[in-house]
Amino acid sequence: MSTTRDTSTKTATTGLSVAPTPTSASEAPTPTSAPATGASGGTAGAAPGAAPAGSAADLALHLQRLGDDALVLGQRLCQWITRAPTLDEDLALSNIALDLVGHARTLLTRAGRLDGTGRTEDDFAYGRPDREFTNTLLTELPNGDFATTVARQLAYTHYAVLYYEQLTHCPDTELAAFGARAAKEVAFHRLHADRWTVTLGRGTEESARRMRHGLERVWPYTGELFEEDEVLRRLSASGTVPSPAPLRETWLHRVTGVLTEAGLAVPAPTWSARGGRSGLHIEEFGPLVAELQSVRRQFPGGTW
Amino acid sequence: MTAPPAVSAVSEDGPSAHFDAFVAAGGTVEPRDWMPDGYRRMLVRQIAQHAHSEIIGMQPEGAWLTRAPSLHRKSVLIAKVQDEAGHGLYLYSAAETLGVDRADLLDALHRGQQRASATFNHPALTWADTGAIAWLTDGAAVINQAPLCRTSYGPYARAMRRVCQEEAFHVRQGYDLMRALCEGTPEQKEMAQDAVNRWWLPAVALMFGPPDTAQGGADARTAAPGAAVSRRARAWGIKHHTNDELRQRFVDSCVPQAERIGLTLPDPAIRWNEERGHYDFTPVDWDTYRRALGDDTHWARQRIAHRRAAHEDGAWVREAAAAYAARSDETEGRTG
Repeated sequence: MSTTRDTSTKTATTGLSVAPTPTSASEAPTPTSAPATGASGGTAGAAPGAAPAGSAADLALHLQRLGDDALVLGQRLCQWITRAPTLDEDLALSNIALDLVGHARTLLTRAGRLDGTGRTEDDFAYGRPDREFTNTLLTELPNGDFATTVARQLAYTHYAVLYYEQLTHCPDTELAAFGARAAKEVAFHRLHADRWTVTLGRGTEESARRMRHGLERVWPYTGELFEEDEVLRRLSASGTVPSPAPLRETWLHRVTGVLTEAGLAVPAPTWSARGGRSGLHIEEFGPLVAELQSVRRQFPGGTW
Repeated sequence: MTAPPAVSAVSEDGPSAHFDAFVAAGGTVEPRDWMPDGYRRMLVRQIAQHAHSEIIGMQPEGAWLTRAPSLHRKSVLIAKVQDEAGHGLYLYSAAETLGVDRADLLDALHRGQQRASATFNHPALTWADTGAIAWLTDGAAVINQAPLCRTSYGPYARAMRRVCQEEAFHVRQGYDLMRALCEGTPEQKEMAQDAVNRWWLPAVALMFGPPDTAQGGADARTAAPGAAVSRRARAWGIKHHTNDELRQRFVDSCVPQAERIGLTLPDPAIRWNEERGHYDFTPVDWDTYRRALGDDTHWARQRIAHRRAAHEDGAWVREAAAAYAARSDETEGRTG
């Protein structure tokens, strides 16, 4: 089964990855289109040091959460590279990881411009202790076997396509443009996850057993993707960004379709995990962050 | 071949002589053309070794993907490792046009019957190693491989054109990484120099193969076998230059690059030779070459063990994919 994308996509992705990083602190703030309500203010691109208006701070936090999801999942997928079941999968997983890191870069850069701190993407990735990461627990789960990784990819990609498509309707044009690009890229990742879910579900007894186990493992962690807290309620009420909560039904409908095709049941977990969004992670997250930041922390004041 | 001769029209010297003349005149051989067994064997060996080197070469850099010290560098490194997997795939496909199977070639690698470049028998100990590998070993690869874009076997030449383009990009990125370290703190610069000290010999010795000229360090006794293979490969248009010629070209390109960013190549014999118009350097004789090989070391074993573990851990996935494909074909057969 070929899971690699065509060369043009790959080249485009590679090109993206080496594009110069906008260094936000020195860059003139890009004015975001103010949310529809009058209360939101227009200081979204506030200079470093200036206290951002409430909605800018909210939006910054929201984008940081999305960016952390992409970064941490990308980091987990990097752990697969050179260990995948086939060479084609090494290629496919690295392609997906590259896109995810790309999403994280855009989202975290923007978060740093919005929150008034002027932090760069690298300040977010390398300068925060693990308790300040706001990714969902789903994205940080250890990879497990290939089936568990596929189950996690299935859950995340179906959610991410839905949510990024919603972002395309944002009044903020920069964010809307990001949503359009990211939705298109994650649609490839979703195709990859769908194909493997069906292949493993309908492959051998062993692969179906592992796939069921993988789904059972990750399913309790999927609810957190759709969680809506005060920040999201304010952001969606002001029309700044949509809440992911209403997407859960469509998500379930879609993954059910794939699982049915795969001859697999949708797990019905009796519990639901949460905590990542507020910095309460699983114990395995500490080593992930330590590894991510190790070189940078070893050379204080270094330039890279 | 672009204009395959009818066998009956072959000269009295037999098809082999005709073939030699054809490639000597710059002809391109295609998979369906007649070719001498020796030519086919030499190509399978060379292309497979090249493909194996690409996928084994993913490991030393792959180990740093999770630790890359900026998201920009992380993206660049992921893209590079991904390119290497892609190169492995192109090259296995090129080998398959010669009647071998990718799975069999991988098995031969896993069983130790075929080998990857010994360059990667060395460990990537620090972040700077990823830069040194990209700058020096990929740099050596580009010099080695640029003439292969004109190699006589069509599918190999076409694969190499894509590979070379991407490799050249890696070299620039690796050099840029080293430059950034050299412009950083003293500790960073020290890390860069240390990496160059360890990767110079693997690059200059192993990426070009053993010495195959007397000037290059082969003595009369040991030169004979290597030089004979090298001569045959050149006669068939598989290679265009001796190992030692390409090695010289590599040294000539690296010395000024290293100087520009303040790094020292670890060879005290390097100096400009006005008369030759080249840099002199310590010849890579057979002793040096053997020392660089790193056979029977932890890392030589570890690279293969890592590959084998990935392959064995993924066996159930490949079995599932095969079973699913077989079942889908069956279903299509029934409905179609």
